Amino acid sequence: MTDQDQTEQHLLTTPLDSLHRALGAKMVPFAGYAMPVQYPAGILKEHLHTRTGASLFDVSHMGQALLMGENAVAAFETLVPGDYAGMAEGKTRYTVLLTDQGTIMDDLMATRIPGGLYVVVNAACKAQDFAHIEAGTRGQADLQILTDRALLALQGPKAGDVLAALAAETADMKFMNFREVTIGGTDCFVTRSGYTGEDGFEISVPAAQAEAFAKLLLDQPDVEPAGLGARDSLRLEAGLCLYGHDITTDTTPIEADIKWVINKRRRAEGGFPGADVILAQLENGTDRVRVGILPEGRAPAREGVEIQDLDGHPIGTVTSGGFGPSVGGPVAMGYVKTPFGADGTGVSLIVRGKPLAAKIVKMPFTRKSYKT
Amino acid sequence: MSIKYTNDHEWISIDGDVATIGITAHALEQLGDLVFVEVPDAGRTVTRGDEAAVVESVKAASEVYAPVSGEVVAGNDAIADDPANVSGDPAGQGWFFKIKLSDPTQLDGLMDEDAYKAYVDGLD
Repeated sequence: MTDQDQTEQHLLTTPLDSLHRALGAKMVPFAGYAMPVQYPAGILKEHLHTRTGASLFDVSHMGQALLMGENAVAAFETLVPGDYAGMAEGKTRYTVLLTDQGTIMDDLMATRIPGGLYVVVNAACKAQDFAHIEAGTRGQADLQILTDRALLALQGPKAGDVLAALAAETADMKFMNFREVTIGGTDCFVTRSGYTGEDGFEISVPAAQAEAFAKLLLDQPDVEPAGLGARDSLRLEAGLCLYGHDITTDTTPIEADIKWVINKRRRAEGGFPGADVILAQLENGTDRVRVGILPEGRAPAREGVEIQDLDGHPIGTVTSGGFGPSVGGPVAMGYVKTPFGADGTGVSLIVRGKPLAAKIVKMPFTRKSYKT
Repeated sequence: MSIKYTNDHEWISIDGDVATIGITAHALEQLGDLVFVEVPDAGRTVTRGDEAAVVESVKAASEVYAPVSGEVVAGNDAIADDPANVSGDPAGQGWFFKIKLSDPTQLDGLMDEDAYKAYVDGLD
């Protein structure tokens, strides 16, 4: 047993810090912030509640910014493979910042808003991402980092009803729609999206009103707080990548099996970093591919576990793995040599020196239920 | 019967030359919901400090080290079958394994209940 206590000195806090502590959260260091990993209910209950009710997550550590100016969209497209020029205002799209080698610097959400884009990037990458976006769009667009806004995620099958009761104009929003809405006097940027595989919203609010807004949501029936622990097990079951683990500067979107981020127009036109590498991989395939892995026993296989073929030859590595509370057993994802990537392929996972039987499976592990 | 504790948050209950080993309520609280437990088979010989059992929460895997040397005389299959059996009673039904001591003097360096309480208080 190792003690997991770590120093909380020098950590940044989100605008909901005192609320987390009042709710009895266990706070841990994450990406330089003190963040709630779980509340007294615990990760299992928080996870399961998100699949049946609605959970409130604080994701204020993530980076939010506006990229404004009449050339903002064109300038942004030089950094990512997504088609933003062809997307209407009020629509959101998942994309990736690419290196010149076509590997992934970060994944992010970008929304067309009047006069530019609203972008949300990962906490651990935000300083680097914003410097990269600023340098890559200099003279073409103006990057405004929104340091004075918090970000909350309301996730779960009841999230739609909860938010509609507070703001009727959110009821007809569909998955990946964005709308600016006033809720209880708070100016909110509402995106119907999330990181759990469930219907839900990400809601950006001014930092000064964040606590009151979070309390308003927590006062609604069926809403419970959930921490980063549940967020991770939910996204894993949903087959969603965690940056720095499942996708990194060593992986391309084609290897990561998110080739759909290379939108049709961009495939034809290129003009994004590493386009030569990525377009060649689209044509010729890759040596390895990200897959879902279902261990047959009960032992979780975690990040770093070696994947072998049934003859004992190394064929890849687990990049995320753990226990899936909704699956009721272990789930994992990782990279394998492409010939072993077919659905149903038997593999061995080397956990504590012993081979455990597992199968390559299609993701998600649980059914996604977005509002389409 | 006396109960001793380790820095690694294990308890050791001594009955004659057999030690029953489990994890403390503090350890359980730190781990959170348990989802997987592996216990050693009877007949295995362990040396103090060896990884003897595995306990996994949603978030992480941890090892339970053998706090004393000897031969494993039993592993608790009830907790391997359902890890929730640890949570309900970590100091009783949730025991992990029993070791027949090969060197009872190894118990001398372990903490008693008061010393362990003071140790845990010092961690917070």
